Amino acid sequence: MKPPLFDYVTPESVEEAVAARAADEDSVFLAGGQSLIPTLNFRIANPTMLIDISRIAALKGIEISDTEITIGAMVRQRQIERDSGVERANPLLREVLHNVAHTVVRNRGTLAGSIAHADAAAESPAMLLASGGSVEVRGPGGGRRIEADDLFKFHLTTSLEPGEMITAVRIPVLAPSTGWAFKEFARRRGDYALAGICALVTLDDSGRCTSARLSACGIASTALRLVKAEQELSGGMLDEAAIVRAAKAARDAVTAADDSQASTAYRRHLVDTLTRRTLAVAKTRAEERSAR
Amino acid sequence: MTRRVRQEMARSSADPTRQVSLTVNGEAVTREVSTRLLLSDFLRHELGLTGTHVGCEHGVCGCCTVTLDGAAMRSCLAFAVQVEGADIRTIEGVAGAGDVLHPVQQAFHECHALQCGFCTPGFIMSIVTYFEENKDPDLSDDGIRAALSGNLCRCTGYQNIVKAVRRAHELMKA
Repeated sequence: MKPPLFDYVTPESVEEAVAARAADEDSVFLAGGQSLIPTLNFRIANPTMLIDISRIAALKGIEISDTEITIGAMVRQRQIERDSGVERANPLLREVLHNVAHTVVRNRGTLAGSIAHADAAAESPAMLLASGGSVEVRGPGGGRRIEADDLFKFHLTTSLEPGEMITAVRIPVLAPSTGWAFKEFARRRGDYALAGICALVTLDDSGRCTSARLSACGIASTALRLVKAEQELSGGMLDEAAIVRAAKAARDAVTAADDSQASTAYRRHLVDTLTRRTLAVAKTRAEERSAR
Repeated sequence: MTRRVRQEMARSSADPTRQVSLTVNGEAVTREVSTRLLLSDFLRHELGLTGTHVGCEHGVCGCCTVTLDGAAMRSCLAFAVQVEGADIRTIEGVAGAGDVLHPVQQAFHECHALQCGFCTPGFIMSIVTYFEENKDPDLSDDGIRAALSGNLCRCTGYQNIVKAVRRAHELMKA
């Protein structure tokens, strides 16, 4: 296979990258390339120019404040999963990233790139939704922040304007008394999941759930917040009955049509089971964190 | 470059080119290459290092695995121009001086961990880096299979490859 012809530039700053993008409407940004390069090899994408952002030093850092983890757009997934500061601040990230493709791919792939690619079956967009994260973007008109809930519009489609690039991903530090879990089902390790569920639950001293955030990947045209499932949990005890109600609500959120991998009915069954298992783990972890 | 219908022949290569300098198996290399030249094709066609095999060319099979600054990567999912300044190691750079097999290669030989051999260079590169990155590797069946999950083999059924990973660990401890 031969990718199409393209020009290639290596800007040293975000300003240069955005200017290069503005000068050529058929150009694209290249970060880790683990999604873009296969599409070029297959000639699904046919850009005139690749803007390789890997030399922009400002995009390579991880910063952790009391409230937020900020991950630059050129930080590789593998670097995030091995960062002990990230693990302390929010262990959900490592759990999710271990399900993303293989080590060899995560050595190159970036979190921001996966979010910008916005595959409906990918894990990282679901993680961003459940954790209430956001992305920093920069375009010709300046910078702005887009909340996860406003970002994913369709399979492979975000609310970024054509000239904009993601410069950083922001993920809140895990709140106290909060448990986390991510589980997915894939036929082969490293494949895109047939379905995946991400959950964060916060308990008060009496064990009542004060906040529940759930999301899914692989079940609709985008990664999805499971709002109705969250409503079944918030304000009550996380008992078996509540978890079963949430799993039923999650199952009803499946809209993906039958495809070569799975039928809609099978995906609904998976989502039901995964939601119950994910919530059980998240609940146990929340109790452990509350006890400390 | 603006997209247009070509009305006359290009005077030189029609491909945009760029100079790239890197280290491959310890040797400094500089070449002027097409921007769209995949690293896998660069290694094979420009440098003649045909041990890096090209299977699927979209990042699924793992045959083209090499290391970049010590970390395993798919060479079909990078362009040569992207690895400017990098230190690349291919299967040709794994054996010791005098062609003494690396313990992982020796273990593949002893355990009959290959049949047609097409996937073997990729497996070797993945396993070599697995041991380099994990001083206390998980040698359970599940652990080994997880470490091998990014490489596909259509001959062996993986049994002997799993055995070879354990044997390689023994050889490296010895």
